[in-house]
Amino acid sequence: MGNFLTWVVWLVAAAACLGTGLRVVTASNPFASALSLIGNLASLAVLYLLASGEFVAAAQVLVYAGAVMVMFLFVIAYLGGRADAPWAGGTRLIQVSAVVAAVSLLAVTLVAVGLEAGDQLSKEADVTRAFGSPAGIGELFLTDQLLAFEITSIVLLVAAIGGVVLGMRSRAEQEADRPRAAP
Amino acid sequence: MSGPDIPWYLAVASILFTIGVAGVLLRRSPLIVLLSLEIMLNAANLAFVGFSRLHGEMDGQVFALSVMAVAAAEVCVGLGLIVAMARRRLDLDVDAFTELKG
Repeated sequence: MGNFLTWVVWLVAAAACLGTGLRVVTASNPFASALSLIGNLASLAVLYLLASGEFVAAAQVLVYAGAVMVMFLFVIAYLGGRADAPWAGGTRLIQVSAVVAAVSLLAVTLVAVGLEAGDQLSKEADVTRAFGSPAGIGELFLTDQLLAFEITSIVLLVAAIGGVVLGMRSRAEQEADRPRAAP
Repeated sequence: MSGPDIPWYLAVASILFTIGVAGVLLRRSPLIVLLSLEIMLNAANLAFVGFSRLHGEMDGQVFALSVMAVAAAEVCVGLGLIVAMARRRLDLDVDAFTELKG
């Protein structure tokens, strides 16, 4: 029974994940795209939970669906209608080859997964309930993966500085935007 | 493990990655391209979490968390660039930026 319920939840989450993903790419309104991406991230969090990644799921909802998407929505609101750019330009040939490239990538990966599905990929390790818990992840971050942890903090700091620098107004821009005083 | 095996997770991850690739290749608005990039990063994260469960090692989940941090950094810089473009009143169209002749 528990097995059946897990399958149902998994199928619903996977379908929601793929459906909202398609909507992100196809929607012409950027607001619809961003909101669909929030649904996509939330359904991915459900999939993480089913694969015993509790802490990753929580971080996904907090960091991604919370912080990152709010930033996206603010920028879309700031840009307004200007964010609406249509589908790719270029010739029909370019569009068709883009789709062919994407689909052949999918075929290659699906075949690779399917070939191994019976043996290597189906022998899951036994894990305890502590697998994926914040305690286990935190311990890994402060022991084996300490370097990755520290580098991540530097990357975030540099990105924050970059965001501030990109957002600064140059003096020339300020002069140009100032209303001209009558002579 | 009750429920689906790991290959199902990997299949979903690869379909999701393909959707992201199609979005990056087909859309012109830099915002939507950035959103599609997020989809691709999340597909990679799903594969990381799935493989982490397969091998019973938590390092994959640690990597997924690092990918999230990198994605946050990328969004920060990417959105900063898009806002800077909009402030210079440039066209928000990835096909229009040809100055670097990329």
